[in-house]
Amino acid sequence: MKHVVTITTGNQPRAGGGCGECQNSCQSACKTSCTVGNQACEKK
Amino acid sequence: MTLSALAPQVHSFAVNGRGYALDVNSGALHALDEAAFSLLQREEIRRALASGSAAPPVPLTPAEQEAWAELTLLVRQGTLYSPLAALPDAPTAPPALKALCLHVAHDCNLRCAYCFAGEGGFGGERGLMSAEVGRRALDFLIERSGRRRRLAVDFFGGEPLLNFGAVKELIAYARRRGGEAGKEFAFTLTTNGVALRGEALEYLASSDLNVVLSLDGRPEVHDRWRRRPRGEGSHAAVLANCRDFVARRGGTNYYVRGTFTRQNLDFSADVAYLLAAGFRSLSLEPVVASEGEWALAEEDLPRLFDEYDRLAGLYLAEHRAGRPFTFYHFNLALFDAPCLARRLSGCGAGHEYLAVTPSGDLYPCHQFVGRERFRMGNVLSGDLNEELMAQFRSANVLTKPACRECWARFHCSGGCQANHHLFTGSLEEPYALGCALQRKRIECALAVQAELALDQARAQAG
Repeated sequence: MKHVVTITTGNQPRAGGGCGECQNSCQSACKTSCTVGNQACEKK
Repeated sequence: MTLSALAPQVHSFAVNGRGYALDVNSGALHALDEAAFSLLQREEIRRALASGSAAPPVPLTPAEQEAWAELTLLVRQGTLYSPLAALPDAPTAPPALKALCLHVAHDCNLRCAYCFAGEGGFGGERGLMSAEVGRRALDFLIERSGRRRRLAVDFFGGEPLLNFGAVKELIAYARRRGGEAGKEFAFTLTTNGVALRGEALEYLASSDLNVVLSLDGRPEVHDRWRRRPRGEGSHAAVLANCRDFVARRGGTNYYVRGTFTRQNLDFSADVAYLLAAGFRSLSLEPVVASEGEWALAEEDLPRLFDEYDRLAGLYLAEHRAGRPFTFYHFNLALFDAPCLARRLSGCGAGHEYLAVTPSGDLYPCHQFVGRERFRMGNVLSGDLNEELMAQFRSANVLTKPACRECWARFHCSGGCQANHHLFTGSLEEPYALGCALQRKRIECALAVQAELALDQARAQAG
């Protein structure tokens, strides 16, 4: 494509998600806001 | 309310002169040239794309025609205006705790004017957590963690190093009990750095704890608020202690975490200062305050947006110069992102994550501590307000009307409920200024991650 470059096609929700093993979003370095998009999936 | 009712949505935005489009439901991200970006700014074009129209609704220039054809292809491929797959409404994991914030010291050796913790006391009596209360809290976490294997404990305050003996004892206890129960603990300790010397420095530097160091940046910025009880600034000592700690640690597993206020809207200069001081793992957060000369106001937003753009530029420039650094809010996981259940469930406060005070009282999170209406129970008595817990569990991005419509819904997941309550009196109604900053941070995070991915692709191709 000439006008658009796709960086990622996204990750439509995986079946069987919600194992809960990922870190809480407010824990490591903010304590005053909340961003979930930066929590990597821990499901191996 | 079903997920499929969340309409297809595209957010197009520009950071430092480059346009991008985020397909909200799929999470697909595209970099755009000027023709494609300007097309997506036009309402009639967006409507036509969303409706799946093959022909443009208005006459286009040749370049726009080409861009239109590419955009319609993305729609057909499901990476633009994609519907959301039908899935269950609610988070899927069974109710279980996974993290506690232990307020091991409701006391502090600083008196920071902007502190949301009431300078350490959270509006109540100053005091330290006994090891007995801490052990009971850890037992409580293990017992209520269900099948979750990975548990987390934050040592917080006040200043947790004022109760360093208890911290060490509780880490040893958690490891022993965790080993018996098949649980793996991760620990974080947040310190203002004043007492980060001697035995505490030795212990933390040789541990695997994630350590969060509170340092605001330039001396005059830090010392404006972060003063000792008698009024002297703390910058020089804190900077020296933090540098010593990070050097001893070999630069791993820490964050220097500062606060910016209305008095340093040019906070990218503080990021630059911290980089020059040798720190490479940074987080700078907007102050949480509804009043005071430090409180941010809506009229500050244009300036703050410019600062985030500047920070994004600095972030890329440092990466490209071979001096990468981490900025907490730019760590967006584009390629290994959390599942939808996680994105819906928000921060977990009040049901997956609780805070414990020195007397063993439980609150939904560290920021709710001292707001009496939100006291949820006590680890010594064992009582727990299950109803309030259920209320927090059900307050997710789908139950907040403003969040349901917002393009950032799957990245911020409904935002900070403590902030919402502080500013709006409601858990369901978001704090507008915080949302505006969050959206800008997410735009910048998407942009820098996109640019780094493009750099990598070019390097591989070249």
